[in-house]
Amino acid sequence: MTNFVRIESGGERRYLPERFKMPNRKKDPRLFGYLPYFERPRIQWPGGARVAFWVVPNIEVFELLPPHNRHRSPYGRPLPDTLKYSTADYGNRVGVWRMIEAMDARGVRGSVSLNTALCIHHPEIIEACVARGWELFGHGIYNSRFPHGMDEAQERRMLVDAIETVDAVAGQRIVGWLAPGMANTPRTIELIAEYGFAYTVDLFHDDQPFPVNTRKGRLTSVPYSVEGNDLLVWYFTTLGSPRDWCNLLKRQFDRLYEEGAYSGTVMCIPLHPFAVGQPHRIDAFAEALDHITGHDDVWMTTGREIAAWFNTHHYDEFVAAIADREAAVAGGAS
Amino acid sequence: MRRPRHNLEYPHRKRGMDHDLYDWSILPHRPPVTWPEGVPLAVWPVIVVEWFPLTSRSTPFRPPSDQYIGVRPYPDYRTYTHLEYGNRVGIYRILRALEAGRTRASVAMNAEIAVRYPEMVRAVVNGGHEVIAHGIDMEHIHEGGLPRSVERSWVRRTLGTLREATGQAVTGWLSPDLSQSMNTLDLLAGEGIDYVCDWVNDDLPYEVRTKSGPLFAMPYAYELSDRLVLLDLRHAEAQFYQQIREACAVLGREAPRQGGRIMALAFHAWISGHPHRIGYFEDMLAWLNDTDGVWVATGAEILEAFREQG
Repeated sequence: MTNFVRIESGGERRYLPERFKMPNRKKDPRLFGYLPYFERPRIQWPGGARVAFWVVPNIEVFELLPPHNRHRSPYGRPLPDTLKYSTADYGNRVGVWRMIEAMDARGVRGSVSLNTALCIHHPEIIEACVARGWELFGHGIYNSRFPHGMDEAQERRMLVDAIETVDAVAGQRIVGWLAPGMANTPRTIELIAEYGFAYTVDLFHDDQPFPVNTRKGRLTSVPYSVEGNDLLVWYFTTLGSPRDWCNLLKRQFDRLYEEGAYSGTVMCIPLHPFAVGQPHRIDAFAEALDHITGHDDVWMTTGREIAAWFNTHHYDEFVAAIADREAAVAGGAS
Repeated sequence: MRRPRHNLEYPHRKRGMDHDLYDWSILPHRPPVTWPEGVPLAVWPVIVVEWFPLTSRSTPFRPPSDQYIGVRPYPDYRTYTHLEYGNRVGIYRILRALEAGRTRASVAMNAEIAVRYPEMVRAVVNGGHEVIAHGIDMEHIHEGGLPRSVERSWVRRTLGTLREATGQAVTGWLSPDLSQSMNTLDLLAGEGIDYVCDWVNDDLPYEVRTKSGPLFAMPYAYELSDRLVLLDLRHAEAQFYQQIREACAVLGREAPRQGGRIMALAFHAWISGHPHRIGYFEDMLAWLNDTDGVWVATGAEILEAFREQG
């Protein structure tokens, strides 16, 4: 049933469905500058590649009975949400192994968006990733613990916990971060820069890496995807079947490959092993990988490598170009 | 400024699961399973028949199946009758298709179905199908806030009704909306249930621990059910059945290397029993009959074959 709320603006009073009620406006931290897509310094990937291609399995672990968070529940039902819990658990028992096999067969490495408690619960998965030279990056502690409502000290503890846990179990220093449940606090981006992270994937505004404005560190946004994300396509937007998703990924790649002839682009396939690892979906993923790996001039890479390359070779010229453009706009130039 | 105290304690962060209900286990690391006559794939069709009341209590929370109940103010005949279609027409069309395809299935049934429609129970039992208990009806949701004593009475009422009506042992359980409380597994084991379909985290059965003894979780096809794929994800019927065939191919491919697999299928009478959908269902049965290396069986039969090897 639709609830109506009274909305007053410009001296007018109207009754509109609740979804039109605007939250109180808060400050936009202005995380990034602006450069029109085709008017930027040209990005040159290693070996003259057109597209930097990376695959991001979100390897997640949920708690059956997590503490209550009044801002947002990870579950749609009262606890225990055995359906969602077991759906996610499928990823670790079954799906991730099927996904690894499909990626191995095509020589594709993963950049794992990791709930770091998985290092403790299921170290076999970590060992399998490390043995393949995959990157691990941070995705919170559990997917049943969203950072909404954390104070600064707690958020620092979460980040240090994630860094130390992965370092201890996998011997990797995580340099990328995706907030669990995409749940950022107003401090998250600044804090990860301060802790020496090289990139965030929480920003969906671009097909190329872009500098992120932080007081400390050197942080870049590396393109992830809410459009090609398996979970979002299937469960949240219901845009189509696994084969439709496969075709979406091919079209996405073809256009980024074409544009990459001028300036390097980034294509990401975000995955969730419990979703893509289902037997009725895995071959659609494999077909998309076959299409992409069948092209020359594709840099098969990881988030860490993309961020390192961009931060070394292009970050400064992007920052300079953004400053020039801002000066021009402020000066009234068109 | 007042901040909610955020909980950063992780009392269950340890090796394995964060609970004691079952052990952590990796599917491809397990000893291979063999099915009768060495076939790679056991196919387990589950037909679901459900009774949705005209008005649902929706307490203490609005269960997910409520998206189909009481969409309009009372009396919502449109929704009620659309769901009831499965019990009057859909199930009989599906049973006829199963008979024509010489296929036996597991039929998950609310106890209320047996109370209201003994004719359906007879048709299911005479068709040689296994009855799985599916709770009292679609407003009796086994959820975390349910007192143990109340839930025990629901389990007993469900199993008592179905066992008496079918004459079968009724050893399988599918919770309405696949929702369990922390007591459900224990109560079911105490009432003679051998397997549950609510834990959708595996492709093979695995043992679950309860205070009343062990039972098994069977790999129910929630992710590939007609309800999820056709109604929630809104894929076309042809795409739904294409996914079933692709899953069969993938599991059949894994079996020679990793051991026998189970292809679970789930169809609701009120969804797949419609004239415009039944042809796809019949085609699938014919395709399964024509496919080598497939053993179509009930949940109890597959579990028995699995346990004989353990």
